[in-house]
Amino acid sequence: MDSFTQLEGMTAPLDRANVDTDQIIPKQYLKSIKRTGFGDYLFDAWRFLDQGTMGMTPNERQINREFVLNLPQYQGASILLARDNFGCGSSREHAVWALKEFGFRAVIAPSFADIFFGNCFKNGVLPIVLDAKVVEGLIAKSDGKFTLHIDLKSQTVSDGECVYDFTIAPALKQKMLNGMDDIDMTLEEVDLIKIFEAKHKASQPWLFRG
Amino acid sequence: MPQTLYDKIWQAHDVGQRIDGNSLLYIDLQLLHEVTSPQAFEGLQLASRPLWRVDANLATPDHNVPTDGRELGLSGITDEVALTQVLTLDDNCKKFGVEQFDIQDVRQGIVHVVGPEQGATLPGMTIVCGDSHTSTHGAFAALAQGVGTSEVEHVMATQCLVQNKAKNFAVDISGKLAPHVTAKDLVLAIIGRLGTAGATGHTIEYRGQAIRDLSMEGRMTLCNMSIEAGARAGLVAVDDTTIDYCKGRPFAPKGEVWDKAVAYWRTLVSDDDAVFDSVMRIDAADIAPQVSWGTSPEMVCGIDDRVPDPEAMQDAIQAESAGHALKYMDLQPGQRIIDIKVDRVFIGSCTNARIEDLRAAAAAIQGGHIADNVKEALVVPGSGLVKAQAEKEGLADIFTQAGFLWRAAGCSMCLGMNPDQLGEGEHCASTSNRNFEGRQGYRGRTHLVSPAMAAAAAVAGHFVDVRETN
Repeated sequence: MDSFTQLEGMTAPLDRANVDTDQIIPKQYLKSIKRTGFGDYLFDAWRFLDQGTMGMTPNERQINREFVLNLPQYQGASILLARDNFGCGSSREHAVWALKEFGFRAVIAPSFADIFFGNCFKNGVLPIVLDAKVVEGLIAKSDGKFTLHIDLKSQTVSDGECVYDFTIAPALKQKMLNGMDDIDMTLEEVDLIKIFEAKHKASQPWLFRG
Repeated sequence: MPQTLYDKIWQAHDVGQRIDGNSLLYIDLQLLHEVTSPQAFEGLQLASRPLWRVDANLATPDHNVPTDGRELGLSGITDEVALTQVLTLDDNCKKFGVEQFDIQDVRQGIVHVVGPEQGATLPGMTIVCGDSHTSTHGAFAALAQGVGTSEVEHVMATQCLVQNKAKNFAVDISGKLAPHVTAKDLVLAIIGRLGTAGATGHTIEYRGQAIRDLSMEGRMTLCNMSIEAGARAGLVAVDDTTIDYCKGRPFAPKGEVWDKAVAYWRTLVSDDDAVFDSVMRIDAADIAPQVSWGTSPEMVCGIDDRVPDPEAMQDAIQAESAGHALKYMDLQPGQRIIDIKVDRVFIGSCTNARIEDLRAAAAAIQGGHIADNVKEALVVPGSGLVKAQAEKEGLADIFTQAGFLWRAAGCSMCLGMNPDQLGEGEHCASTSNRNFEGRQGYRGRTHLVSPAMAAAAAVAGHFVDVRETN
């Protein structure tokens, strides 16, 4: 997995609450058997005025010039500012794959939905929870020139004037800083799992069909 | 120390806590489907890792399979990309030895209908699936959670999830539901009050007399939509209803092992003095049949209500969201719900495609026929076995005589990955779980309702109160 230590980047504001993963990446693109190729379809129904299908490139599409991520000043943004409960709904990890491929390495919001939040950490995309008022202020300042500096080690977000602290579970922080692979980490405890499994089988044999 | 049901299942699967506070949680069953598993199988192969426990996996294609032309098998899938995904599941299951109910197997269906139906879902289990509606299986007092594809791969490789324990949330429903008011209405009313993020970070336990009175089908409908309130998992304690449902199912234990299992399952209830982090209480008698009016499951009201006025809302963000939603849905503040016309009707999905749902829908037709303004009314059973049962009971005939289309099993128009989709601007009375923008089809407009409400709307051409028409 890609590590995440620091990020200096421009912000783009997505001023809507409860953005669900069906909006982040619509269902017609979930037919892929790959982890890549989703960036062109991020927020598809909002970024484009026509209905897209898999394989279409943005050049073939009718661009919605009014949608925030299509405004010229936000091109190249790498930090998405969002509202409460970002990423709710479907568990599709494709949502994170699409955000990352589009260029977002961090999302800042007052709250996130659980499954989406977890999926971010599997892909080196950092979800940061900041107070709703702070996010409000950052959204107001996002003019296309506004940049933030995110430092995971010190758990801070700064805009040059103010520094905002954020909290993160120590395990997730370490994993992101080092780009560690979850499966490798868990397989270090293979003996523990096997011991547990044997006990579990003895007490609930009906759970084992093999 | 007194424990909640969630505490008990967690403890029984806690492999060990790491210094960082996370636990390794042992997973008893992983359900697999074609959409979220290919990348996980690929990851496993790229790293040359074996599947940890083959017998802990069960697969079936459901999300993108067409619901007509099923007799053609794989050649009935005309969308090549979708076909590749279904074939990839076939290949992976063969390669890794995973049991699969393939497209031509009568046991094929929506994973969350198939698991319980086969007795693969059992009380006290931990279950994952790359699908957020895995919460369905909580109806069996199983800790069942939706996971992303990376976690699917993690469970394939290690039989464990790395997780922090969630908080306990009790949703206590006292009293009795009124006639024709169902588990679907109950859960929509709960989400309406809790909000779509109201239970984030929590596992919900549904408790109280109204829950005890629900059938297993009803409990599955209820737990299914826990994720729509932000909870990854919902639970209902074990009672006779649970045990009676499991008995005799193909994957359920038999003989002495069954007796031993039942003795254990009986302990799967919260202790009397268990403490919950949050509690919400509702009187079941207060709940009317529900209809969603917006683009989030929390945007819901009773059939006798009116579309709310965003300007009257206290919270600015809520008002803005409601304003967006009404524009998308093309509804006016103050409009009566019963005046909303429906263009299409969908009866199906992991929320409401079980035999009891189809019986309720068929009963609500009452000899009528779908209205002239209804372009299409689809009935999509949750599994091949539900379909066969409904045909045996004569339900399929009732539907087809009333002008409904009777289809083969799959997720279908719940998410429109297959050809069953809404057209632009169409209003749909749907028994599914999400009314998100474009969910059922590009620019389609979804209204979430119970099976009886959907069938009654199909006949009337607009929403009606099934308490009055039945």
